[in-house]
Amino acid sequence: MNGDTTKKSTPYTVPIGPVHPALKEPVMFTFKVEGEVVKSVDFAPGNTHRGIEWMGMRRNPVQIVHLTDRICGICGIVHSLSFARAVEQIAEIEVPQRADYIRTILHELERMQSHILWAGVAAHELGFDTLLFLTWRVREQAMDLIENLTGNRVNYGIIQIGGVRRDISDDQIPLIKQGLDYYRGLLAQMKTVFLDDSTIRMRCRGHGLLSYRDAELLCAIGPTARASGVAMDVRHDYPYCAYGDLDVHPIIPPQEFGGPQGDVYDRIIVRLLEIAQSIDIIQQCLDNMPAGEILWEKKLPKLLLTLKKAQGEAIGRVEAPRGECMHYVRMDGNDSPATWKVKASSYSNLMSWIPMLRGEQLADVPIIVASIDPCMSCTDRVSVIRDGGSPGYLTKEELTRLSVEKTRRIEQCH
Amino acid sequence: MNGTPHLTPPQVVDLYKAEFGAGILDARITERGEGAKKTKGYNIWIRLDRKLLKPAIKKLIDIRFPHFAVIAGNDLGDEIELLYIMSVFYGTKFGEYMITFGIRLPKTDLTVPTITDLIPGALLSEREKQEFFGITVTDIPDGRRLFLPDDFPQGVYPWRKDETGIKPEMVRELWAINRPKDRPVPPVPEKPVPEKKPVAEVPAAEGKEKKAGGAAE
Repeated sequence: MNGDTTKKSTPYTVPIGPVHPALKEPVMFTFKVEGEVVKSVDFAPGNTHRGIEWMGMRRNPVQIVHLTDRICGICGIVHSLSFARAVEQIAEIEVPQRADYIRTILHELERMQSHILWAGVAAHELGFDTLLFLTWRVREQAMDLIENLTGNRVNYGIIQIGGVRRDISDDQIPLIKQGLDYYRGLLAQMKTVFLDDSTIRMRCRGHGLLSYRDAELLCAIGPTARASGVAMDVRHDYPYCAYGDLDVHPIIPPQEFGGPQGDVYDRIIVRLLEIAQSIDIIQQCLDNMPAGEILWEKKLPKLLLTLKKAQGEAIGRVEAPRGECMHYVRMDGNDSPATWKVKASSYSNLMSWIPMLRGEQLADVPIIVASIDPCMSCTDRVSVIRDGGSPGYLTKEELTRLSVEKTRRIEQCH
Repeated sequence: MNGTPHLTPPQVVDLYKAEFGAGILDARITERGEGAKKTKGYNIWIRLDRKLLKPAIKKLIDIRFPHFAVIAGNDLGDEIELLYIMSVFYGTKFGEYMITFGIRLPKTDLTVPTITDLIPGALLSEREKQEFFGITVTDIPDGRRLFLPDDFPQGVYPWRKDETGIKPEMVRELWAINRPKDRPVPPVPEKPVPEKKPVAEVPAAEGKEKKAGGAAE
């Protein structure tokens, strides 16, 4: 591994412990570093596993729905939607069409806010803090819309087994349309700021490469896989909610940017284009919104009784902003499910960090690690242990500082 | 990597039945349509002999390289059932199916071969099954723990429903931590009532959390 013996530098170890708001993504990375270059990457387990699946196997499905809201700090809907869909399949509950459309609208609003949030984080990792604040300011429009539709900004509490808990009224529809117009007007600007900036291009083009084959073998999903050219999008591949009625294409980096190369830059492109796609999907949903009920059964005791009788197993999967989110549920006629297995999106994406980070500089770690969108910048605590020395600590700020300095150096070159 | 052309779910099942015959214990196809048009999505469930797990996955790779999602597991009492959940034919408009291979392992012999030589991305899930079900994955490239902390007791498997599962003394009532001793146990009634003995057992709806340390108090 550490082939270069002519230099005096000893390879030293940099552990990076990310903490994810997703279900169980607190995976710690250990980098073997020679000078500035990452030689090898290794997983080491984190320990913020909260045992949510264990908790769920001791609660009834309606309680679990509200527990799933709290699995992730950004995806307020994907886990509850996946879980609800799995349970609905077991209990053979027919979800009203209107509820399917409301679910889809919120699903896409969430994708927009999540991708915009990510764009801000990426800007911050590169050292463009003004851009971070601008990005997060425009994200507020989506958050306000979500709050208006559900009553909450983060844990929406909108999904219920058999439908949604709140309807979209006629006077809320103009608000949604206003919000969509607001983002339509911003898209061109966002593209310019992120994709035409030569510094961003130099920091991201050709860094954090993930080949098509690696994406396939390491089970990458979502924008991470699509940026490597794998045309995989649950909304397009597997009909659920209102997507069966709509036209959704997996977004692959287009030819005008040189086609998919699987680097950080491509992952920015995919997410920006997906914001535009989400606007389009919400518009389609509003135009074809069916009327009618929003819940299969309003009375909770009756719903719980149905769920208690249900037996069987099912998979609920949705396309989260980060890729496929999947819940496997097995019920055996008791109050609580016999088995509940959650696969969050980052569960599949984490492995792709290994080829991405190999051979990159330490200063590129923050942006590459952030590029799969692991919910938070994964560089919150880093300790550097040099051979024979006492362990020194590299804080998140210092690692970010390295990244910022690299950006400044590049800026000075042109 | 593209093998055979796109198949329908029954064709996939027929291919397996032709190949493995009696090794296929059960094959089902479930469908679900949502939205206005009720476009159908299909899930294929195949339960097979434990020896056929790797041949079955190899066969799927020959058909088309699948997307491996996760290994789920059920504790069925005397046996543990592992479900290898995958999807195949992604990239086809509404033509992707979930395909799940289920194998049963008796608790006397909880070994399963690794599939990481076929699908390297399955490593995380295999490591997770080792620590949560006490299964031994033979030839696993990396057998360390994944999610459980290093000081979590050995021989306790959170997803097992037998004596090796989480013990009651490992569960802490979060609401009770650092709580003044002179207060009644929640849910506290609105009106003051005559002194009652605190109830030892709270309903399951109260917040429970696995104890990070693991050792009994």
